[in-house]
Amino acid sequence: MQYTSPTKTGYFGKFGGKFVPEILIPALEELEAAYDLIRDDPSFEKEYLYMLQEYVGRPTPLTFAERLTEHYGKAKIYLKREDLCHTGAHKINNTVGQVLLARRMGKKRIIAETGAGQHGVATATVCARFGMECVVYMGAEDTERQKLNVDRMRLLGAEVRPVTSGSQTLKDATNEAIRDWVTNVEDTFYIIGSVVGPHPYPMMVRDFHRIIGDETKRQLLEKEGRLPDHIIACVGGGSNAMGIFYPFIEDESVKLYGVEAAGYGVESGKTAATFAKGTPGVLHGSLSYLLQTHQGQIALAHSVSAGLDYPGVGPEHAHLFDIKRVKYVPITDEEAMDGVRLTSSMEGIIPALETAHAMAYLEVLMPTTSSDELVVINCSGRGDKDMGTISQFI
Amino acid sequence: MSVERISSVFTKDRVDPVMALFITAGYPEPSVTPDLLLALEESGADIIELGMPFSDPLADGPTIQYSSEVAIEAGTDLDKIFGMVKEVRQSSQIPIVLMGYINPILHYGIDEFFKAASESGVDGFILPDVPVEESTLIEEFCRKYEMALIYLVAPNTSDARMRLIDSKSQGFVYCVSVTGVTGARDGDQVATSVQRFIDRVKQNVVHNPVLVGFGIKSHEDAKRISAGLNGFVVGSALIDTIRKNYPNSDWLDQTKAFVRDIKFGK
Repeated sequence: MQYTSPTKTGYFGKFGGKFVPEILIPALEELEAAYDLIRDDPSFEKEYLYMLQEYVGRPTPLTFAERLTEHYGKAKIYLKREDLCHTGAHKINNTVGQVLLARRMGKKRIIAETGAGQHGVATATVCARFGMECVVYMGAEDTERQKLNVDRMRLLGAEVRPVTSGSQTLKDATNEAIRDWVTNVEDTFYIIGSVVGPHPYPMMVRDFHRIIGDETKRQLLEKEGRLPDHIIACVGGGSNAMGIFYPFIEDESVKLYGVEAAGYGVESGKTAATFAKGTPGVLHGSLSYLLQTHQGQIALAHSVSAGLDYPGVGPEHAHLFDIKRVKYVPITDEEAMDGVRLTSSMEGIIPALETAHAMAYLEVLMPTTSSDELVVINCSGRGDKDMGTISQFI
Repeated sequence: MSVERISSVFTKDRVDPVMALFITAGYPEPSVTPDLLLALEESGADIIELGMPFSDPLADGPTIQYSSEVAIEAGTDLDKIFGMVKEVRQSSQIPIVLMGYINPILHYGIDEFFKAASESGVDGFILPDVPVEESTLIEEFCRKYEMALIYLVAPNTSDARMRLIDSKSQGFVYCVSVTGVTGARDGDQVATSVQRFIDRVKQNVVHNPVLVGFGIKSHEDAKRISAGLNGFVVGSALIDTIRKNYPNSDWLDQTKAFVRDIKFGK
């Protein structure tokens, strides 16, 4: 199959678009034009790859998970080690790309939204590195739950603004960041942290993360001489998953699994499983799947993992779901905790709670595999940030 | 009726500015909305913009976020809003424009929504998160039920785009006076550099009347900012006034007094 999404107007199949106030249209057009310029600009690529290599620590290893493989006694398991990126998660691939673009556009002020604080830290980090003003919006409830990351951002020179509107979590932080952007559109660049938002963000954030999949492909060809049979990644907004999936979309033999957070269970009413329970709708500038009420209000999501605790999902995932190229599966809070224990005790890697959802899916997938198959899991982040939550479960 | 009902307000020989008032449906309580709308008309409102509350109003400031939360909490949904409009229509021909975000409409079903709105006596729509790029579907149904689709222009909207928006709009064009979210502002903030923008709007929006909004909270603001345009919109300042007085026994009188002051001066 040939895969060319998105269209010029920002549609992945019937999802995506630009559902934003008029004030933001010129800003999105300016961003699109600037992004078009740098996409094929070797000098930008050089700058971006230099930063990824010398600052982020890429390429990240593709680690053979020997004991996990023995444990299941089926397919060989590899971990793409995004947890080894500077700041502890894949998020920084994107913030490096966007901050370099912001500099080229002459923007002086950066804003971002954050849930657990990982994207906020990754944004504050690159802003410190390039000496740019940085304001991070974070739900007031999250600033309490993730105090360590708030302190990290402040140490890095960012201003953290607690958001007290709505549910005081990621979706409200995103609303507030958009309101800031609407107000300060002339000099401000909004670094969105996932493959969500209006066009061109879902495409641009995907492109800045595709290095995960490109490296995986190259590394596995070196190690095994072939493509993987299965790739697993967790999906909240879906940036790490798009990053590793994208270079494999046209490789039809590679099965792709997006693991979403079921919270207490898909039918519990306390879930973040957007594909299991959601319907199409518009949130934060694009048409995608959403958790919503019978009145079309946005529902509150729940997941033990703050990074997956979001009622929407990127529009490209909605398209990949629709065309059945990716299988989306739910994993509960409890199963994710088992994933943390398993990966920590067997591989000496404490995964982020988000990543643990992908790990937990091994329990479902591995029995169906055979010993001549290859499984890659995107190990999207490290779990140090989650020790407060994890401690309550062990 | 719809588009004509809006247009009938903008008569050629009209000298005073048209006053449109925004109020969130279901605020301060769903049961009072119909009477409140009639009271607004009685006090001088020429057009009602009735807000359809949404959980994530990203173009709105704290005041409308608050009124939306209260309204949703009290059970305001689209069917209840159509009921409110029907009730008002029994005794009033004031143009009523629904203003809100696209998601609840998509969830309701686009065709069903426009049909029900039309039957209840709604005349038009302002959908701040549906720019012309995304309006194809909506336009089709607005035409089908002969209702007005009102677009917004902002200070950073280019001349060419203003002309495009003018050609797509019906009823009037909503001119956002400042870059930012909704909310009452100090007069100076609104005045700054707004004149050059208003001049551009006058040059480029030629097929539709223009109402200016965002930040207006007094008669003086309204007079100054709408000079040369067809009128103005007040929303957050009205809701702030209700919030200050509700549920005191004289809240409705205070609200009417505020509206008259805006329209005629103290």
